[in-house]
Amino acid sequence: MTEAQSVAPPASAGSSPMVQFRNVSKSYASGQPAVHNLNLEIDRGAITVFVGPSGCGKTTSLRMINRMVEPTEGTVLVDGQDVSAQPAAALRRSMGYVLQSSGLLPHRSVLDNIATVPRLNGVSRRQARIRAEELLAVVGLSPALGKRYPAQLSGGQQQRVGVARALAADPPILLMDEPFSAVDPVVRAELQQELLRLQQELAKTIVFVTHDIDEATVIGDKVAVFATGGRLAQYAPPEELLRAPVDDFVAGFVGRDRGFRSLSFASARDLPLLPAATATAGTLASMPAEGWLLITDDGGAPLGWLPPGQRTPAAAVTGGSLFTIGSSLRQALDAALSSPSGQGVAVDAAGRVAGLVDAGEVLQRLDAERRG
Amino acid sequence: MNLFEQVGLWFADPAQWSGPAGIPARLGEHLWYTVLTLLIAAAIAIPAGMYIGHTGKGKVAVVSVASALRALPTLGLLTLFVILMGLGLMPPIYALVILTVPPLLAGTYSGIAAVDRQLLDAARGLGMTEWQVLVRVELPNALPVMLGGMRAAVLQVISTVAVVAYINLGGLGRYLIDGLAVSDPVRLFAGAILIAVLALIVDLILSMVQKYAVSPGLKSSLSSPGQGTKNVGAPGAGQ
Repeated sequence: MTEAQSVAPPASAGSSPMVQFRNVSKSYASGQPAVHNLNLEIDRGAITVFVGPSGCGKTTSLRMINRMVEPTEGTVLVDGQDVSAQPAAALRRSMGYVLQSSGLLPHRSVLDNIATVPRLNGVSRRQARIRAEELLAVVGLSPALGKRYPAQLSGGQQQRVGVARALAADPPILLMDEPFSAVDPVVRAELQQELLRLQQELAKTIVFVTHDIDEATVIGDKVAVFATGGRLAQYAPPEELLRAPVDDFVAGFVGRDRGFRSLSFASARDLPLLPAATATAGTLASMPAEGWLLITDDGGAPLGWLPPGQRTPAAAVTGGSLFTIGSSLRQALDAALSSPSGQGVAVDAAGRVAGLVDAGEVLQRLDAERRG
Repeated sequence: MNLFEQVGLWFADPAQWSGPAGIPARLGEHLWYTVLTLLIAAAIAIPAGMYIGHTGKGKVAVVSVASALRALPTLGLLTLFVILMGLGLMPPIYALVILTVPPLLAGTYSGIAAVDRQLLDAARGLGMTEWQVLVRVELPNALPVMLGGMRAAVLQVISTVAVVAYINLGGLGRYLIDGLAVSDPVRLFAGAILIAVLALIVDLILSMVQKYAVSPGLKSSLSSPGQGTKNVGAPGAGQ
């Protein structure tokens, strides 16, 4: 624990960067530099994502923070101190490390895996296990899994255990090297949301490597785009990256539909809602026959759309995503575009129909925001 | 009376079970030479195998020397050591050690070298020192292969120790040598049975040790990933 505390930010640290790369280069004997003259400051308590195509030096850069790779030139500072001046093993124990392959020790139970770093730090087995049990709950796993072995877990569960292990010694920094890339897309989305939830509680400094630009924009407070040859192409918050890529490489990497995806960062807080014609199964018969009609249950939650002229519950068309008031313009537009009636259903926090959104309205609003 | 009945009578004779030439004494000698050989061989082979497996250094040299050693004829080597060093306990033991080191070394080396490199990378990334990586990660994960190599080596030693009877050191090989010398198939057969039974019993004990010493997490009989636990990591489980 002592190592972990020695790297923890002093109370007065304010907003000084947690990790700094100063003119850092890494080249291997075989030609091409892996990282070329990297200068980067990583904010305290935020999620910084390194993203780029394979061979761009993002993982190498991450691994220079905990000295798994030594730079050829330049300095890496953690909390203002040169990492090369600290013993490698102690430095690594002061940071959480999550890997793509989970890297769980197959011969140890889940609890003992989570307890690894506290045990290395000299915490008693009993104490370390108690802490490990707490962490199982923190990462959303049942306590019953503690006695299992890694081979008995699914990929998603293994990654959660990997995160719990990285958190065990309560390090101020978490290094995550493509932690979710080996699991299927559904589980990946879950794990991303779970990480964001954890981060709200824990406020760690997280450095996260991925090759997936969508993952980067979803979880990153700031995103560093690396280009082939180990060059840092752009370092910015995700919305800026999508709105104003600095060069063709970044524009190409963030993808063709970046304009649409940037709607994720535009708030639809003040989007005007249109009144919705709704009916429940009971009141259906008394409604006029023209136009689309939205059926709800007695509590006001949407069930489906009735096409014009059809007024029996069996004719209801379902489908279309819902727009929760206060979320992003992307969700509002998606709700409108995916709705069978052409108008998206807006719901309040309790899931009751609050009104309708119109695709044209969303675009007008976006236009107005960009102009003003 | 056929051979089997004669062997049965031979075993039933109380004279075989007492005195310095009796079965218990011969068995004791045999086990003592076996243990002595294994201890010396293990003291050389296991650290060397661990070092080579962990660092990858000297791999080619050691593997080629070890396989060359395996080709040596047992009896020739024994005779050579006795000629060079004279009679006594240790010359034949050294000869046996030279024959036992290769399988032990190969088992240890290949067990350690087969441990997943990504796992070792993770272990270092967590902050283990090289020694901790070796002791806490490589050894436990190499254990199934290492113990397999050890079992093979132990069986080999138990059967090969019989040759020390040639130079009058006793052991169960005595029955084979004497049986051959006086053309007594009963004694020859009884000696062979004793050595085979000893080997089987020791192997059984080692297999139980293996079962106990290897972590349940490394056994292939583990249920397939995630079965019956689908909901445990479901979205929002911790929200």
